Amino acid sequence: MGEETSKGSSSRDATVDRYFIEHRAKLLDVAAFLDRCDRATGGTAGEPGADADFRLEALRRAVGLLDDGNPERTRRILELMSDLSDTPLDASPGGAACGVPRVAPRTPDA
Amino acid sequence: MAYIDPHIHMVSRTTDDYRAMQLAGCVAVTEPAFWAGFDRSSPEGFRDYFVQLTEVEPARAARFGIAHHAWVCINPKEAEDLGFARAVMALLPELLAKPNVLGVGEIGLNRNTKNELAIFEEHLALAEQHDTLVLIHTPHLEDKLKGTRLILDALRRHPRLTPDRVLIDHVEEHTVAAVLDAGYWAGMTLYPDSKLNPPRAVDIVECYGSERLWVNSAGDWGHSDPLSVPKCAAEMRARGHSADAVAQLLLENPRVFLEQSGRFAVPGLSTPGR
Repeated sequence: MGEETSKGSSSRDATVDRYFIEHRAKLLDVAAFLDRCDRATGGTAGEPGADADFRLEALRRAVGLLDDGNPERTRRILELMSDLSDTPLDASPGGAACGVPRVAPRTPDA
Repeated sequence: MAYIDPHIHMVSRTTDDYRAMQLAGCVAVTEPAFWAGFDRSSPEGFRDYFVQLTEVEPARAARFGIAHHAWVCINPKEAEDLGFARAVMALLPELLAKPNVLGVGEIGLNRNTKNELAIFEEHLALAEQHDTLVLIHTPHLEDKLKGTRLILDALRRHPRLTPDRVLIDHVEEHTVAAVLDAGYWAGMTLYPDSKLNPPRAVDIVECYGSERLWVNSAGDWGHSDPLSVPKCAAEMRARGHSADAVAQLLLENPRVFLEQSGRFAVPGLSTPGR
């Protein structure tokens, strides 16, 4: 650790040292989840063309943002997985939010 | 290290959690009214809940040397039925007069419906009328961005509520700038998974600074962690943030916001520089 400051002092090397293994494992979790969906049967996600599931489609598009060379990946992924409409709903759709809007997500500006 | 958890639902937590929080340095909590995991069958159910918030929990917290203050409202999830919501809101004026009630909260939106928005604005009017602080819940997941924008639009229609007396909670990377740029306080809620966590919260501090930011656990009946605030402190220290910077975010910031109520106090806690 370097000098203590109000803004932190982590170097690039220290950041990679601290977080790499944890995020290697998280990446493998994503890969394993997609493999699991491929193997699963009995639903849209298990049938040929499994990308038809709107959540998986959004996830695959989000993965593409990880390595597109642009900054603020977290913000852009959150926006990709957001309802971008601007008028209140007439009534509650019921249930809890599922993480991705049911309409096709748009890729926000970088 | 002394800290404040300014948003936690202790009605859903065990006495062991109070003990663990005390040992971790928690000196005060504030507890907003919320959805208890089920829809209550009558407004009278809320009357009992408000007694729990304003009488039972303060006594339970005091056993561990933790100051407890409350916020009152009907939460947005149970606000879809306008008649029901207004019957609960009729209970609020007498509660807002209690010395340990800091204001109206956590109001806001859940699925971004017209009825939720109507009741949200009626709560804003109530806060204007009683000159109280406001604590706002923003929706989760795919509804957060739209909900935050609707909330900011609604707040502009209530200019008597000055931004420095309003905190908009559960911000993430795609909403924090809009909240801070509009002059409001922003809350970062830390979850074990699914939403913002301590490392990402510290990322936000490093990108935006800590002015008008606080962190909280929002610990409740769901998968949550009543010690997430001190875990955020540990994350900051591991990255080289100074002890003063940690104290600013976890103790001084919430204290500055909450003391505007004229009711927030932590017995025995020194006030540096004042």
